[in-house]
Amino acid sequence: MRHLVSVLVQDNPGVLQRIAGLIARRGFNIESLAVGRTHQPGLSRISLVVSGDDAVLEQVEKQLNRLIEVIKVTDHSEPHVERELALVKVSIAGMEERLEVKDIAEAFRARIVDVAKKSIIFELTGDSTKVNNFVEAMRPYGLLEVMRTGAVGMSRGEQVLKVREKKAV
Amino acid sequence: MNGAAAILKALEMQGVDTIFGHPGGTIMPTYDALYDSPIRHILVRHEQAGVHAATAYARASGRVGVCMATSGPGALNLVTGLQDALMDSTPVVALTGNVPQHLIGTDAFQEADVVGITQPVTKHNFQVRNVNDIPRVIAEAFYIASTGRPGPVLIDFPKDVQQAEFTGSFDVEIDLPGYKPTYKGHPRQIERALEALQKAEKPVLMVGGGALNAAPEIVALAEKTGIPVIPTLMGLGVFPGTHPQCLGMPGMHGSVAANRAIHHADTILAIGLRFDDRVTGKVSRFAPHAHTIIHVDIDPAEIGKLVKTTIPVVGDAKWVAAELVKGAQKLNLSKWWAQLEDWKTKHPFAWKPKPHLQSQEVIQAFWEATQGKAVVTSGVGQHQMFAAQFYKFDAPRSWINSGGLGTMGVGLPFAIGAALARPGELVIDFDGDGSFQMTLQELATLKKHNLNVKIVILNNGFLGMVRQWQDLFHAKRYSEVYLADSNPDFAKLAEAYGIRGITLTDKAKLHETVKEVLAHPGPVLLEARVYHEEGVFPMIPSGGAAEDMIIENPRETVAGD
Ligand SMILES: Cc1ncc(C[n+]2csc(CCOP(=O)(O)OP(=O)(O)O)c2C)c(N)n1
Repeated sequence: MRHLVSVLVQDNPGVLQRIAGLIARRGFNIESLAVGRTHQPGLSRISLVVSGDDAVLEQVEKQLNRLIEVIKVTDHSEPHVERELALVKVSIAGMEERLEVKDIAEAFRARIVDVAKKSIIFELTGDSTKVNNFVEAMRPYGLLEVMRTGAVGMSRGEQVLKVREKKAV
Repeated sequence: MNGAAAILKALEMQGVDTIFGHPGGTIMPTYDALYDSPIRHILVRHEQAGVHAATAYARASGRVGVCMATSGPGALNLVTGLQDALMDSTPVVALTGNVPQHLIGTDAFQEADVVGITQPVTKHNFQVRNVNDIPRVIAEAFYIASTGRPGPVLIDFPKDVQQAEFTGSFDVEIDLPGYKPTYKGHPRQIERALEALQKAEKPVLMVGGGALNAAPEIVALAEKTGIPVIPTLMGLGVFPGTHPQCLGMPGMHGSVAANRAIHHADTILAIGLRFDDRVTGKVSRFAPHAHTIIHVDIDPAEIGKLVKTTIPVVGDAKWVAAELVKGAQKLNLSKWWAQLEDWKTKHPFAWKPKPHLQSQEVIQAFWEATQGKAVVTSGVGQHQMFAAQFYKFDAPRSWINSGGLGTMGVGLPFAIGAALARPGELVIDFDGDGSFQMTLQELATLKKHNLNVKIVILNNGFLGMVRQWQDLFHAKRYSEVYLADSNPDFAKLAEAYGIRGITLTDKAKLHETVKEVLAHPGPVLLEARVYHEEGVFPMIPSGGAAEDMIIENPRETVAGD
């Protein structure tokens, strides 16, 4: 099973190394990892995609929670929004291909961000399946480069990841 | 005041009175400040011994142990000891110097990425980059080390931070939004645990090192319910070894009664233990009849990690055990006890008389002579298992060994740390000839402080535990385990350090020698030349289960019941 997990962390120096190191050491299979700042100073948010059964997911969450700088961990099993950004550079042999490729891109709502003589770069956002499908659709034309950010996610509605208010000691 | 002085002041405010350490270039400002500090510094001869001694100091006293080292090689020598403390959940704070900040990352002299390297071997680590953060970081480090599941924390101080002028405040607040250990177990889960116990026909109570502070509650719970108790290697002493309800330790070299009790139990209440593979053997065959496993642990990540738990209780062992005592009732376990007594009396830990001196009888003799009133440490190997089997620990914090990591060489530094933590008490280190030689330079530290440590080297001339495995599983191909042809004369070695050394070879002189060792004030090293080819039994071969237990040495008798 594929799971998207969000982790709210203090963005101290080295925190990403701690998280990546923990994941590698414990042998969890990570498909993607994306990090960025939040609106709150000092807090970053990490989205990671793991695959494994419930027991694996439970251990990933528990082990992440053991890290002192990890404030909150959530598995997005509830309705959530998930997006990934991809840049895809496709090689183009001739005019006919160029048109075909553009048609496909339109269907996926991918934007052209660069055009050269023998190549085009597309920008695409969507969930990972959409990105996968786009990449597969472009494969026959010749993929030159694919760069994906990894999935980021957020729960729908009012539910938010936040710092707990009071010490529970 | 400079940063170094602020470090020592902040340590003092944490109640630190002893630091185990070794100086060097990048930690020199702090050593300079130490010159004017009331904190006692114990100079070890190798940093590994410093962190081990701090670990034992913590385990023997229940306080945080502190050690210190310089950058690069000094800090790296702490790695094994930090992992040892991590595996056995011991509160240790390690302080390291580092090169000045402008040199970090330049491959400067004696630079190493200590924060990166020690990340996996600590509960948490810090590098202080602003001198005024010193009091807060030290307060946070002690808080993290000693609360929740205890563990080692390292703080790295670049040299310029130690030298900078401190203008901050010591009145600091801990700010750790992501760290909130749960102390109080969930009331509904505790209720469920009590209900399950009430229905149990064949219950066992397993207790580990996480229950060290809960000893009185564990005894009360056991006595109120009548449940048999199985302390793990790390939990020895949490429940008195001489108590009639004690079945002894479980696992690879555990007692027949303990292992069979777990195998046949319908309900297991496990408090403060992590189901190490040396305890469970093959997990899929562990406790096959237990329909209910109640697991109490302060670290949620331990629950369900290896063994499927029916009733998880996240909380502090002492708090949860006290709640359980309140709600517990006497159980009718007479049928269960009849079975347990039978296993206990038929298969106590025992050895066959031999013309040679044997490790087991040496340990037994010390136990009898001390009436169990000593703090005991050990190295790692057969002698460690024999000590666990034949010295009966009645009090918590009286048995200090390396359970999780199995670190050879801890015996002597552990003994030094324990002796400094518990002045006036007798400390015995049962050590192996192999283990002892990994840190024997600490005889110098022992000599300097003239501690009441009795080192008992059970010299079998081999890396005995490895030899035992080669004997059983590698057709007696004794590859690289023979020590006797090049071991030193241990008594003479001790004498070279100015420590009383005694050699015992004659079985008939055992008791008189034990008396002599105990009567001598200050440190003594006793080398007991013991039978070469002894094996530790019972034994569950690694990856096996309770049913695969080999009860007696198959080389000497037929295996089985
Ligand atoms: C640092 C370290 N290296 C290697 C081992 C593997 N090992 C476990 S027991 C043992 C032999 C111990 O020999 P000794 O200390 O003489 O004790 P004995 O088993 O003979 O009682 C070895 C090599 C270890 N536990 N620790």
